[in-house]
Amino acid sequence: MRRYDVVVVGGGPAGLAAAVAARAGGRRSVAVIERDRELGGILNQCVHSGFGLVTFGEELTGPEYAARWADAAAESGAEVLLGSMVLDVSAGPEGPAVTCVSAERGVERIGAGAVVLAMGCRERPAGALGIPGFRPAGVFTAGCAQRLVNREGLLPGREVVILGSGDIGLIMARRLTLEGAHVACVAELMPYSSGLKRNVVQCLDDFGIPLLLSHTVTRVEGRRRVEAVEVSRVDGAGRPVPGTGVRYPCDTLLLSVGLLPENELSRAAGVELSPVTRGPVVDDSLMTSVPGVFACGNVLHVHDLVDYVSQEATRAGECAGAWADGARGSGRTVPVVAGTGVRSAVPQRVDVARMPDELVVRLRVDGVYERRSLVARAGGEVVARRRRDILVPGEMEQVTLRREALLGLGGVDAITIGLEA
Amino acid sequence: MGAGGAGEKSDKVLTCIRCPRGCRVTVALGAGGKVEAVSGNACPRGDSYARAEVTAPVRSVTTTVPVDGARDEGRVAVKTVREVPKGAVLDVVRALADVRATAPVEIGDVIARDVAGTGVDVVATSRAR
Ligand SMILES: Cc1cc2nc3c(=O)[nH]c(=O)nc-3n(C[C@H](O)[C@H](O)[C@H](O)COP(=O)(O)OP(=O)(O)OC[C@H]3O[C@@H](n4cnc5c(N)ncnc54)[C@H](O)[C@@H]3O)c2cc1C
Ligand code: SF4
Repeated sequence: MRRYDVVVVGGGPAGLAAAVAARAGGRRSVAVIERDRELGGILNQCVHSGFGLVTFGEELTGPEYAARWADAAAESGAEVLLGSMVLDVSAGPEGPAVTCVSAERGVERIGAGAVVLAMGCRERPAGALGIPGFRPAGVFTAGCAQRLVNREGLLPGREVVILGSGDIGLIMARRLTLEGAHVACVAELMPYSSGLKRNVVQCLDDFGIPLLLSHTVTRVEGRRRVEAVEVSRVDGAGRPVPGTGVRYPCDTLLLSVGLLPENELSRAAGVELSPVTRGPVVDDSLMTSVPGVFACGNVLHVHDLVDYVSQEATRAGECAGAWADGARGSGRTVPVVAGTGVRSAVPQRVDVARMPDELVVRLRVDGVYERRSLVARAGGEVVARRRRDILVPGEMEQVTLRREALLGLGGVDAITIGLEA
Repeated sequence: MGAGGAGEKSDKVLTCIRCPRGCRVTVALGAGGKVEAVSGNACPRGDSYARAEVTAPVRSVTTTVPVDGARDEGRVAVKTVREVPKGAVLDVVRALADVRATAPVEIGDVIARDVAGTGVDVVATSRAR
């Protein structure tokens, strides 16, 4: 059986940054296994710009950002297995192993000192939504439309309604408009946009496309092809208000209603998943509940900015490498609890004795809040505080925990992060 | 809107789109629409964005064009090297609808010069071999 110090599953931005970090300048053997024929993951179809300001200090397009990391991975000497699909990840007494299949080498088993899961996410499909009516042609996820337009050069339709204000839907509203289609409106169930504010401004406002908050699609008309959709207002509980429906004749309905971490492999490997993030539960080293198996990027929790994916993945790669070298934590972790107004926080557990001097906890709030502080408390004491003018669920927030501050308290049982005045 | 129109002082609130932080920037406009002050921006890029936005707004344009002679890729991604006037965005996209690239293409290769008379070049942002 072939064996590497670290095996990375998935060659998107998360997998590539993890691989570069795990290589540690050539000190360890690293393999990246990617099912596609090229590296870079979903960024290859995100041709708009807005990537890399944090990492490279310049505004890059998705393919450029992906290419920088693919080049860095190649330079680092990490081995890349393309066209290879991982079927199984398991943990045995000799450490984890993965099974993958490729046209060239068939099915093979590869041993590892540590495995990094970086499979990304997929879009919530149409079937997951309870829209009444037929399922005619012309209903696409926004990411599918993005691939059609950007990679195949095809326009999915001419008259478009978009359900959901996720970033990909907003980006596609602009893209389709520039390609000559007419986007009638973007309907969002929640009273706030789930995408970045800048995307609402530059993708909708720039083109006069209305964003209908607290609205949803209540009917799809057409048997073979979409002919019209009905958009209705919803009440505070998200239920359509009868009599508010407006009919939009159109040939295309795009769905941008959320991303789901791709965790079939993780589940089969026995990794504990969080019902809130839908990704693995991890500690401060980004290790899952299965020893030696780490996770980062969109498979761990859905990010809105790829720069933070790269930062998180760098840490996962470093920690996976250290695990492969034999480093172990203190064995005692305390939970990071999502307090008032916070929906989820990652990592969910912290080993205070082992954690780095500064540990970034990434989180999402559960509603729109103005002028609040994100406060981390341990045993009633404030250990971190961050003032925010505005907090929205569509934008990931972060709080930095300092090891010194936590050690200074003596024993800590839990760290709670919540919103305070 | 006050009856006095452009002659009066007013404040304009914008969302800076130069980075994902999306600061709310307030531009104080003096008589005649002159920018008197910019506030709320967390960095200098927001100041230049706000000034440009109220006087001569600009945007960068990205799209893809077909590529001939490549092994795998059917299209390459492209962008304007600089921002173009907001009003020219549609002209740029239309001009690029007729452009084809020829493999091999490297990131940064010029795909079209002086696109739609803007004086701005369009370069590749993905590779084709
Ligand atoms: C359709 C879509 C559009 C997006 N658009 C934007 C955007 O415009 N801007 C933005 O900032 N973010 C966008 N995102 C979020 C974006 O995915 C993240 O910023 C970033 O790409 C996440 O990186 P990743 O490496 O975690 O995942 P990905 O980029 O998804 O990479 C995961 C990789 O793992 C591979 N893989 C999965 N399973 C296996 C397996 N079993 N075996 C082998 N390989 C496997 C996949 O082929 C893929 O290459 C988008 C996401 C989606 C789904
Ligand atoms: S002002 Fe600076 S920090 Fe704020 S959004 Fe603009 S570029 Fe970003």
